[in-house]
Amino acid sequence: MTNLFLLQLLNGMQFGILLFLIAAGLTLVFGIMDFVNLAHGVIYMVGAYLAVTFSQVTGSYGLGLLLTLPATLMVGLVLEILVFRKLYDRPHLDQVLATFGLVMIISEAVEMIWGSAPLSVEIPQFLSGSVPLIGPLRYPVFRLVVIGAGLLTALGLWLVITRTRIGMRLRAGAANRNMIAALGVDIRSLFTIIFAFGAMLAGFAGAMVAPILTVDPGMGESVLILAFVVIVIGGIGSVKGAFAAAILVGLVDTLGRSFGPILLRAIMDPSAASQAGRVLAPMLVYILMAIILALRPAGLFGAKS
Amino acid sequence: MRIIPTRAWAATALFTAFAILPFLADALDDSYLVVIATRIIAYAIAALALDLILGYGGLVSFGHAAYLGIGAYSVAILSRAGITDLGLHLAAAIAGAAIFATITGAISLRTKGIYFIMITLAFAQMGYFFFVSLSAYGGDDGVTLAQRSTLFGQPVLESDRALYYTAFALLLGLYLLAVAITRSRFGRVLTGTRENPVRMRAIGFSPFRYQLTAFVISGCMAAVAGVMLANQTNYVSPAFMDWHRSGELVVMVVFGGVGNLLGAVAGATVALLLEEWLSILTEHWPLLFGVILVMVVLYSRDGLSGLFRRRT
Amino acid sequence: MSLLEVRNLRKAYGALKVTDDLDLTVEEGEIHAIIGPNGAGKSTLIAQLSGESLSDGGSVRFADAEMMGMAMHRRVRAGISRSFQITSILPGFTALENVATAVQARTGSSFRFFSPVDQENRLNDQALEALDRVGIADRAFFRAGSLSHGEKRQLELAIALATRPRLLLLDEPLAGTSGQEAERLVEVMHSLRGQVTLVLIEHDMAAVFSLADRVSVLVYGQIIATGPPDIIRADPKVRQAYLGEESAGAGDVAD
Repeated sequence: MTNLFLLQLLNGMQFGILLFLIAAGLTLVFGIMDFVNLAHGVIYMVGAYLAVTFSQVTGSYGLGLLLTLPATLMVGLVLEILVFRKLYDRPHLDQVLATFGLVMIISEAVEMIWGSAPLSVEIPQFLSGSVPLIGPLRYPVFRLVVIGAGLLTALGLWLVITRTRIGMRLRAGAANRNMIAALGVDIRSLFTIIFAFGAMLAGFAGAMVAPILTVDPGMGESVLILAFVVIVIGGIGSVKGAFAAAILVGLVDTLGRSFGPILLRAIMDPSAASQAGRVLAPMLVYILMAIILALRPAGLFGAKS
Repeated sequence: MRIIPTRAWAATALFTAFAILPFLADALDDSYLVVIATRIIAYAIAALALDLILGYGGLVSFGHAAYLGIGAYSVAILSRAGITDLGLHLAAAIAGAAIFATITGAISLRTKGIYFIMITLAFAQMGYFFFVSLSAYGGDDGVTLAQRSTLFGQPVLESDRALYYTAFALLLGLYLLAVAITRSRFGRVLTGTRENPVRMRAIGFSPFRYQLTAFVISGCMAAVAGVMLANQTNYVSPAFMDWHRSGELVVMVVFGGVGNLLGAVAGATVALLLEEWLSILTEHWPLLFGVILVMVVLYSRDGLSGLFRRRT
Repeated sequence: MSLLEVRNLRKAYGALKVTDDLDLTVEEGEIHAIIGPNGAGKSTLIAQLSGESLSDGGSVRFADAEMMGMAMHRRVRAGISRSFQITSILPGFTALENVATAVQARTGSSFRFFSPVDQENRLNDQALEALDRVGIADRAFFRAGSLSHGEKRQLELAIALATRPRLLLLDEPLAGTSGQEAERLVEVMHSLRGQVTLVLIEHDMAAVFSLADRVSVLVYGQIIATGPPDIIRADPKVRQAYLGEESAGAGDVAD
């Protein structure tokens, strides 16, 4: 039982970190540009597909991953210049519609290029084993690497945001959008950089999970909406909030799925418990979001409105 | 806010066209036309419902497909229990939608702008996952309905034409209801909260109560659309609540011009016909649809709504 | 018993005390002007009195009832109405609909869904009356957003009046109006004397000294003097704290 708990804890961490990588770019874009980007999830998907292709072409997952980063950065740049840039001062409704259109285009394009059958990529040999944790418990090395890489990225992001000039501007901008203009920053290029960087983070997340999840055309969507939940819980514009909320959502979702039915068995008979658990578990994060919003409408780390 | 005669004429023309459509289908010997038209009418009801809060209340709900699902599953669940009456199906759908809208609306309406869009989307997704994990009703695969809803114990809706006219009657009734609401005292307060919520507070209104009421009314209307859709397809699955479906509803409303109830009906018609036409051209029609959508939003100066407002 | 009694009212943004243990008494029927240099906290005070923003502490008694913690829309129903420094109207509505909505707020339920509101003559008549009072009855069927700036100020006053307040808080009602429009607005405020109690923030000193029964001077979140206009004008403390700074800070933007 404790072993299972530890295992699921790690899985939850790993899922949370994945969500963070996706939510980080989104929350900056929301906070600083007041922009709704529904297409962020498909960029994550594109990252995964590119990682698969690049790995096959180069014969190395590591090289594939490295190539995916500049590629998704480019995807972000192109989308920003072609579409997003024209939408910043438009109503949210227009942004929602245009990016929804992009979701349709990119999803369909991915299906045309890679087909709708799920793809996968091999975990590189030296990362494919598992390491002992406690007693008989072992955990796949690759998943630990995903956790580690995610934590390193979060740390790097934190350093950029708290220790550098551009980070200071980002924080000022997230707190008060008018402030960036007052600081004399070239908003256009700052926005472009944030967008491209956010796209790269999403692409990185996609590439990281390509070996452990199936890569299919639907993979971006559920993650996108969970990333929304993360941002809403964490408070729009707060990277710190996004990190805390991502881990929270990852843990609640993963632990809820495995332990929900077990806990429910304490109060109802086993078959009813497993059924109720199955129904309730996927709803848990949304219930969590509802509770947090009811208490703090601006999220955990959001500015009070 | 006087009745614009051209609007009344346009409404008469559009609804007359819907009324005579089955005869046209007969003349063309094209029974598929009635099937498509029933689908269009069901979506028109949902778009009408969405426009009530989006156009008049300024509330961009990106989760209205949830109510389609609630309506559709009301049919599936009651039918399984041996209750086939359309009236009871509608009542259950409306009650279910009212409960869901009251709870999620009360939480969502504490927030504004982007938050509201994302939260309505998230709650709809919660509904989606609820039905995905409901294995008794097929989970992801959904369930096929053994029969359509009955009317006074009679299986009259088994005829496509009867189903069509039932849907049409509901659309007409709900359209007239929505028009009345927007012109009423309530409608004026709702529109006022869109225009300037602080001003509304400063004259003594609490926007929340009115917005929530509108949100619930809209949800209930959309659930009616779900009931009709389930009957039209004879099949119910979580796909009814897919967030793409919510997006399509917003597209329909905007195609027709936000805050223009007749426009919502027209928008649903245009969007679905465009879909039908594109899907004949290519199996990759969503790509074309997406390109059209992005182009129209980008290159009409005030977005789609501006483009269409100038026209009407 | 005075109509409005404010005691120890406080509000701080971080370390900045915008309202600092403020006391203020307003008598029924008077026109009470509040003057003070930019950044003294005048608009914040109006926001606190109207319930638009929350206070950190203190008490606001209106007509013998405690208003603290009461939401803005409830205070309106209790009889406190306000105008905004930056014009706040319903731009897509006609002028008449703007005012009729205010009348609707205090007459009958707004949970009526079926009968057309634009045919409720009682609402329209009272709205037209209020528009006439502020001098823009001829604009009744124009979109509010298309009115001139001065007309919007007049409309906002008509909206506030249509709520039939006992206490009307006016935040710089003359700001940005032309000479003629300002004259008309001052005339309207004069005509309200004795019917509605007015608390007025205004930078136009000529208007203040001609209208006000009493003047309070607000500096750094505190009332430093209250009295009839002539006494206030002569008060050396006021001259030093306020008038001196006013000329120095004349170029500042309004607070």
